[in-house]
Amino acid sequence: MLSFFKKPLLRGGVHAEEHKAETSALPIVSDFPLPKKLFIPLQQHVGKPAEPLIMVGDKVLKGQLLAYSQGLISAPVHAPSSGTIVDVNDYPAPHPSALPIRMIVLETDGKDEWIKTQTVDDPFQLSPEEISLRVGAAGIVGLGGATFPTAVKLNMGRENQVDTLIINGSECEPYLCCDDRLMQERADWIIDGVRLMLHGMETKHAVVAIEDNKPQAFAAMQAAAEAFPMIEVRQIPTRYPMGWDRQLIRYITGKEVPAGCRSSEVGVTIHNVGTAYAVHKAIRYGQPLLNRVVTVAGGAVKRPMNVEVPFGTLISELFDFCEVDLAETARIVMGGPMMGDSLPHTAVPTVKATSGILAMTQNELKSGEEQPCIRCASCVSVCPAGLRPLDMANNIRVNQLDAAVDLGLKDCISCGCCSYICPSNIPLVQYFKYASGEVVARQQAQHKSEQTKKLIEARNARMERIAQQQREEEQARLAAKAERERLKAEQEATV
Amino acid sequence: MIVHMKPASGAHVGANNTVSRIMKQVMLALTPATVFGLLCFGWPALNLFVITVLSAVAFEAFCLSLRGRAVKATLMDGSAVLTGWLLAMTLPPWAPWWIGVVGSGLAIVLGKQVYGGLGQNLFNPAMLARVALLISFPIEMTTWPNVSPLFFSHSPGLIESWRITFSGLENIDASTGATTLGFIKTEFSQNRLLSDILKDYSGVGNFFGWTRGSLGETSTVLLALGGVWLIRQNIIQWQIPASLLLTVALLAGLFHAVDSEHYVSPLLHLNSGALMCVAFFIATDYVTSPNTSAGQLVFGAGCGLLIFVIRTWGAYPEGAGFAVLLMNSATPLIDYYIRPRIYGRDRNGKPLEIPKS
Repeated sequence: MLSFFKKPLLRGGVHAEEHKAETSALPIVSDFPLPKKLFIPLQQHVGKPAEPLIMVGDKVLKGQLLAYSQGLISAPVHAPSSGTIVDVNDYPAPHPSALPIRMIVLETDGKDEWIKTQTVDDPFQLSPEEISLRVGAAGIVGLGGATFPTAVKLNMGRENQVDTLIINGSECEPYLCCDDRLMQERADWIIDGVRLMLHGMETKHAVVAIEDNKPQAFAAMQAAAEAFPMIEVRQIPTRYPMGWDRQLIRYITGKEVPAGCRSSEVGVTIHNVGTAYAVHKAIRYGQPLLNRVVTVAGGAVKRPMNVEVPFGTLISELFDFCEVDLAETARIVMGGPMMGDSLPHTAVPTVKATSGILAMTQNELKSGEEQPCIRCASCVSVCPAGLRPLDMANNIRVNQLDAAVDLGLKDCISCGCCSYICPSNIPLVQYFKYASGEVVARQQAQHKSEQTKKLIEARNARMERIAQQQREEEQARLAAKAERERLKAEQEATV
Repeated sequence: MIVHMKPASGAHVGANNTVSRIMKQVMLALTPATVFGLLCFGWPALNLFVITVLSAVAFEAFCLSLRGRAVKATLMDGSAVLTGWLLAMTLPPWAPWWIGVVGSGLAIVLGKQVYGGLGQNLFNPAMLARVALLISFPIEMTTWPNVSPLFFSHSPGLIESWRITFSGLENIDASTGATTLGFIKTEFSQNRLLSDILKDYSGVGNFFGWTRGSLGETSTVLLALGGVWLIRQNIIQWQIPASLLLTVALLAGLFHAVDSEHYVSPLLHLNSGALMCVAFFIATDYVTSPNTSAGQLVFGAGCGLLIFVIRTWGAYPEGAGFAVLLMNSATPLIDYYIRPRIYGRDRNGKPLEIPKS
């Protein structure tokens, strides 16, 4: 009876067509031909971009540090292969705008020669702080797509003494299977990474959460975790966006993370399975994060696959390898089809955040003219964050951005459920992203105008003060002159 | 080639759902009750139905062209057809042609397009038109023909039906009468008691629709089945119909238990096609009902309460139209006060407290 009154653990969400069967049964392809040139962005993470410490013409080895992390929240970048640095310049970013950002261009020599790596015999003898340091030095960031530096998260977990580490294996986005395959094939290593993370955070309990549409991954992970009672592997319902960290935290622990707080403040830290695998490689073998498994799928892909590619590989090369029919491709999406962004062309590199590249045909896309909102409120019922997308969009359409903020614009997670379900084809997430950007821009503009006003006022005050001073000096001078003349007259009178 | 950059943000895939599909599903759900009504009331009813729907489409096209919108593309969304259809269902089946035309004009022009078209209207267009017609033309709107099915010998033929539709009904008393609720209301004014009034009442007739009433609102069972199918299809939610019907049933049950000679039993209230039509098809109109589940429960309960009050104490025997319009006007208020709780925040939008462990 009591459970009836308990807060629901799941709210909103949609069940999109999965399209996972194309690649979920195929082994990870690890013989991707090494590209001639790698374009390695200095910013592949949340926070400050890394600062390059190589020069054009330098010879580098695989795994060598190319750019060091700058500031508290940042991550270093390493050479994905051996070769020569040929350029450090601006190239198109893997972003819908494809605006240029700073990248290191590495011409590979084909030898793929490793730098000497630092291995440890028993990593559990290392201090937790040392684990964080090594994870940070390996350039590991959240590989679920958020790309928050992992070391920072480990530290926050340790400092807040979190009691649960959640490993996110939900992979709720349609099409994507890279985490699924990783769990099926490399479960032991992922579990080792989880144990190292637990050690690094001084936490006693971990839950690996896997959606119930991945029974093989679940079985593999369960077998791998059997020997470790502190790691629990759990199946969770298949319902997008199950992998939203806060949804998962609520489902697993029953706790709700307050707005504006980090999950570690309620005693939970969440990491992706790919991140755990990267931690395993970094601590056990001293290997920095140089590549990742990327799902290449979509209707226009002749050979869909999960493929391990070095960072910096141009998407065009990936597409050649997977035999993508560009004539059939109506849209290129980086990430999953729910939250991913479309790319204008393929001359952009894969980065740490690239979980998938989709070449989608017209038939797969949601298309059609935008029609008026009929207030069906489907968007309200699917919103996992409890927002009212239709009201927010109505306000944004008439430029009432403050009203949209009051309705909860800043709590929107861009999961895409509202756009997915809308019968009127309204690109709601597009509205919200535009509005969020515009709100920030307006705040900056306002801040700027206030600063300008302050400066002008200060200048006016200063000029007024100077003028006042001059007037006073002038008066004093006149007074002195009068005094002098009076004295002179007195003297003359006495003479 | 890459033709679709926009929108740059997801979702790039979508549920297989469009406005016109929703409208078609609703029409499909209305079809059994409509066909049954047309069979029961014959050719004049068919004339009225066709005239109402066609004029609704014509008015929509006219308004769209005045506003400089794409006429054909917008008509294809099916909303004008549905509005005309719903209006026709609530009209007396042998009403003259101009009732249908004026009604459609009111619904489309005053009820919908002056607000800015689909999705912008405050009131349910069909109900707005029906109420306006009822107030303006009380005779035509309360002339209820006897059930006279197609092809029966005493039913009007095709030629006669044109005369009924275009020049009005002659010898009204011979072929018309009162609806059940109307009859009860008049007889109450004669100080008769319910046990006496309802001697000839046929519950089965009302249940299947063999009774006097609006064109498509006679059959309780067909409308209810259509509505339940819509819920199963996930086109409408259960909240509004459930709370509406439950409220009517509870109130009627309460009063009937206290005084069964002056208050109609809940079964008779519920066994009415008009109530089913309102509960499943009118009150659930997306545009004019609240957005949240809780809001929809309040809205449905409010409709139910008003329907019961008007039916029981009001001047009109059937109050569904007025009830829905009144609650439509309360919808923005309901949406303002009843909103979902945002994740990580309390009901007032303040961030939650960090739990102390």
